[in-house]
Amino acid sequence: MTAIRLQINGAAVADDVPPRLSLADFLRERRNLTGTHLGCEHGVCGACTLLVDGEPARSCLMLAVACDEREIRTIEGFAGDQVIEALRRNFHQHHALQCGYCTPAMLITARDLILRRRAGSERDIREGLAGNICRCTGYTNIVTAIAEAAKEFGKEPANA
Amino acid sequence: MKAPAVDYVRPRSLAEAVDLLAQHRGAARVIAGGQSLVAMMNLRVASPGLLIDISRLPELCSVSDDADAVTIGACVRHAAIEDGRVADPTRRLMPRVAASLAYRAIRTRGTIGGSLALSDPAAEWPAVLTALDAEVLVRGPGGRRSVRCADFTTGIFETTLADGEIIESVRIPRLSADARWGYLKLSRKSGEFASALGVAVADRTRGFSRVTLGAANGAPLVLEDTSRLLSNGGHDLRSAVAADLNRAADRHFDEFQRNLHTVAAMRAVQQVLQ
Repeated sequence: MTAIRLQINGAAVADDVPPRLSLADFLRERRNLTGTHLGCEHGVCGACTLLVDGEPARSCLMLAVACDEREIRTIEGFAGDQVIEALRRNFHQHHALQCGYCTPAMLITARDLILRRRAGSERDIREGLAGNICRCTGYTNIVTAIAEAAKEFGKEPANA
Repeated sequence: MKAPAVDYVRPRSLAEAVDLLAQHRGAARVIAGGQSLVAMMNLRVASPGLLIDISRLPELCSVSDDADAVTIGACVRHAAIEDGRVADPTRRLMPRVAASLAYRAIRTRGTIGGSLALSDPAAEWPAVLTALDAEVLVRGPGGRRSVRCADFTTGIFETTLADGEIIESVRIPRLSADARWGYLKLSRKSGEFASALGVAVADRTRGFSRVTLGAANGAPLVLEDTSRLLSNGGHDLRSAVAADLNRAADRHFDEFQRNLHTVAAMRAVQQVLQ
């Protein structure tokens, strides 16, 4: 067991973890934050994407022990975030989910694309979503929802 | 899909990391971004007894530049290179390569040193850094040494890193103002490992040209005839690439791979010549 201290969704957390424990399992099983989903558990499907120090990361490929002193933000931690709220509204409006398993990570990835101005064209959005697999929707409605949400933030297309 | 039991230690200096690696000879693995190693642990392909986390060592996260080169610490992340947050001596080649590598959520954690240390044959950095004639600076129990990238990767997941050695940084020569490059990654889906990877660098002022192929069933393949054509000029690019691929019979490319490599090499060179 190794002692770690970190911030999760703005709250200080201290725990003792076995080094083999992934960040995703730590959040789901010890913190009851089950909005972070696990699909492939080897970095391919993207369902476990969350923010580490403000940047998207795969929580299945991070050991909790290596997140000592880091700031973690999961899908449960975006209340009041304007970009996520625009995305949620547009996902709802454009029917951008069916089973919803990939959705938390889709939202977090899309938020990052919008903030980095990589959501200005369909091509950019599709490129940026390449690491997040959805087996229901065929992506069309997800891409539309993200494009519409991006418009609300007045971003110029990245390639314009 | 859960990693096997392992111990974990986060040394405070590179010297301490090297000592720890020596003490736990064979049983320990160095971890930086962990974007390959943790996946391999989850798949139970790797089961080290001890992880030595070097990702926060300041000496491995720094970048320094001089008139001739930029030296990038082993633990600098792909995303920092992609975003231009570190000095770029390559006239935008390295940011372009970084942006083509896996997915953003991988690039924010994965490191340039980790990519070299693993030397996955389909990885981008070994082929690109070989084309740029970069050097790998290595720290081990016996001190420091430097290896040219062209000699660093020796095969599939094989390097000249000896037991107990850790990559400290990569020294990348500065391209001249009129240098040109070409880069083509062929993969079935954005972010996947390359099925073929062509890199061409032509720096007339420095009298340097090199064309390499990644995903080449082994170490990055330097295309000698094609590199010569790039520096001396010549019309028959296709024949030069074909001659180089013929010479690489030990790579056992099938027809499909050979076509992909031909396209990757030719388009990379054409980008330079355009």
